[in-house]
Amino acid sequence: MPIALTVSKKPSATAENRGEAGAAKPGFAGAPANSGLTAERKIGLFRLMMRIRRFEERSLRAYQAKKIGGFLHLYIGQEALAVGCCSLMGKDDHVITAYRDHGHALAVGMEMNPLMAELYGKATGCSKGKGGSMHFFDPARNYWGGHGVVGGQVPLGVGLAYGLKYKGLKGACMTFMGDGAVNQGAVHESYNLAALWDLPVVFVIENNGYSMGTSQARSSAGELARRAEGYGMAWGACEGHDLYEVRAFMSGYLERAREQSKPAVVEVRTYRYRGHSVADPDNTYRAKAEIEEYRKTKDPIQVFQNLLLAEKVLDEALAERIDSEARAEAESSAEFAEASPFPDVSDIQKDVYWEADNPSERKSGGRLFFD
Amino acid sequence: MPAIQYREAIRQAMAEELTRDPNVVILGEEVAQFHGAYKVTEGLLEKFGPRRIVDTPISEAGFIGMGIGASMLGVRPVIELMFWSFYSVAFDQILNNAANVRYMSGGQIHCPIVIRGPANGGTNVGATHSHTPENVLAHHPGVKVVVPSTPYDAKGLMKSAIRDNDPVMFLENTILYGDRGEVPEEEYLIPLGKADIKREGTDLTIVSYGRPVIQSLAAAHLLQQEHNISVEVLDLRSIRPLDMDAVLESVRKTHRVLVVEEQKPFCGVGAQLAYMIQSEAFDELDAPVARLCTVDAPSIYSPPVEAEQLPNPQRILRAAIGMLG
Repeated sequence: MPIALTVSKKPSATAENRGEAGAAKPGFAGAPANSGLTAERKIGLFRLMMRIRRFEERSLRAYQAKKIGGFLHLYIGQEALAVGCCSLMGKDDHVITAYRDHGHALAVGMEMNPLMAELYGKATGCSKGKGGSMHFFDPARNYWGGHGVVGGQVPLGVGLAYGLKYKGLKGACMTFMGDGAVNQGAVHESYNLAALWDLPVVFVIENNGYSMGTSQARSSAGELARRAEGYGMAWGACEGHDLYEVRAFMSGYLERAREQSKPAVVEVRTYRYRGHSVADPDNTYRAKAEIEEYRKTKDPIQVFQNLLLAEKVLDEALAERIDSEARAEAESSAEFAEASPFPDVSDIQKDVYWEADNPSERKSGGRLFFD
Repeated sequence: MPAIQYREAIRQAMAEELTRDPNVVILGEEVAQFHGAYKVTEGLLEKFGPRRIVDTPISEAGFIGMGIGASMLGVRPVIELMFWSFYSVAFDQILNNAANVRYMSGGQIHCPIVIRGPANGGTNVGATHSHTPENVLAHHPGVKVVVPSTPYDAKGLMKSAIRDNDPVMFLENTILYGDRGEVPEEEYLIPLGKADIKREGTDLTIVSYGRPVIQSLAAAHLLQQEHNISVEVLDLRSIRPLDMDAVLESVRKTHRVLVVEEQKPFCGVGAQLAYMIQSEAFDELDAPVARLCTVDAPSIYSPPVEAEQLPNPQRILRAAIGMLG
């Protein structure tokens, strides 16, 4: 039976509701979320991170070759976050994110071809060339975008959670946002609604340290996730470079959202190697050494590769093969995109109104479009 | 046919659709326990319970965005804005998310929501509460915009709006809420995008929508009685989709058009209509298309002066005589 929405009386924030659900313990490989992973599944997760990395690198080259227009916000450096979170999804779990959305798209299982074609603005793109880099969608995989305005997707994530609860489904919506989004009013309105109505949403702050070119220290007061306390919501924070840690940390919050319909705010600390977008010169607000340091010590793919090598799940030869296959797949997606047709000018006015696209079911009269 | 209030007509439409479709929910500030700031939702909580009729905090961006997200999963929220003026704090949700999500997803998603509430001046609530954003909303491909003037239209259009798979912006009027009109007891729907001739005439067509239709009818009566001028009053009912065929048909009959709207003139709905009429029926016109709008300034508080800032029968009458004089 669907659960009626009632306002719950919550205790004030205490140590208890501060992240116990997702508390990550040392030795994350052995955490309950990870101990059941088969070798095959681990290799699959490694492969997924590698595919995201190579896809992004290939798209960067296409951008530099002027095959891609507009903005290109790369996810390189943050792969363990999207893969770790999305690998925990069940059939009624949903994902929505902001404009740095390529990693999540691949992490929920979208193929490279329609993604690269979308970047190229081609009709074979996942949004038929109408959305672009910031607007990837795949509702069949419970992936609801891909949204361009900072924080604007967060109320929609609450709505997906509300929809789940209204329909009596045991799922949760992971609502991703960047660290810059936490200062948007829409995010706070969303926090309040989620907490007020006990909606099954986990707000995931992907904290890569910079909201565009402004560091966290220069933009946000206090601890980002701790703001949840003001709403009586559980919260916590973890490091985002170790896929095992992300899974160990997130799984409790997700389970709690699904089973108890309780929201939470979690901060996952990560890092992007590239600029805010490719157009960002990236030389005014952080030192090259900072990027190099992260790359050397916390690169999520290298970290997971080392873990799997130590576990003897992976050997160097297999790692190299996975890498070369990912490169080949990315290359092939660029060829697919290159060879695909652009949308026709006559497609511009399609996909605007459901009714215009389904003329046999049209009920209204009059003009929907104007010259 | 029973004569019921405009607010009751909207309430009946919502109640019938709540009964028909379990996915329909009502969201908004004070819609449940308080029975609605203007009592449009009165009694719905008692009939349908708190799962279907949901009081929200004062948080328009939050609950409108939530409604949009829920609609992507097949819930059909009818969301009340206490005043349409408050759309400004939810602009991103309405005009970036609801309007664009279908397009940006290449048609994979649709957004069956209705956002409804009053959008009018004339009650001395000042500039922040008197916005008439139908032109702003209709400017955005992806949304539909409906502005009913009578209880009959309000009910039939609301039922169609709730069943519509595109986001529908439904603009009501606090001054009309108490107006009574005949509404059939049997079920009926009025399709969006169908204009209605509220009065037939031969000398001049007034094209209007919302409360100015009622004022135009009053002016038309005076024009007939006192000046022997026969005015046709065409009620658009829906701004987008727009029943341009009905407008052109009336133009071909009367050859003169006055657009009456409770909008500020610049970039208003009437500007678009005037452009389309001259573009598509230039040879039919015996006079330039004229407009009668709200006087171009923020909405004034001072009660007697606000009545003159807005369209009213005397201003409409003078504009009509000016065209025919």
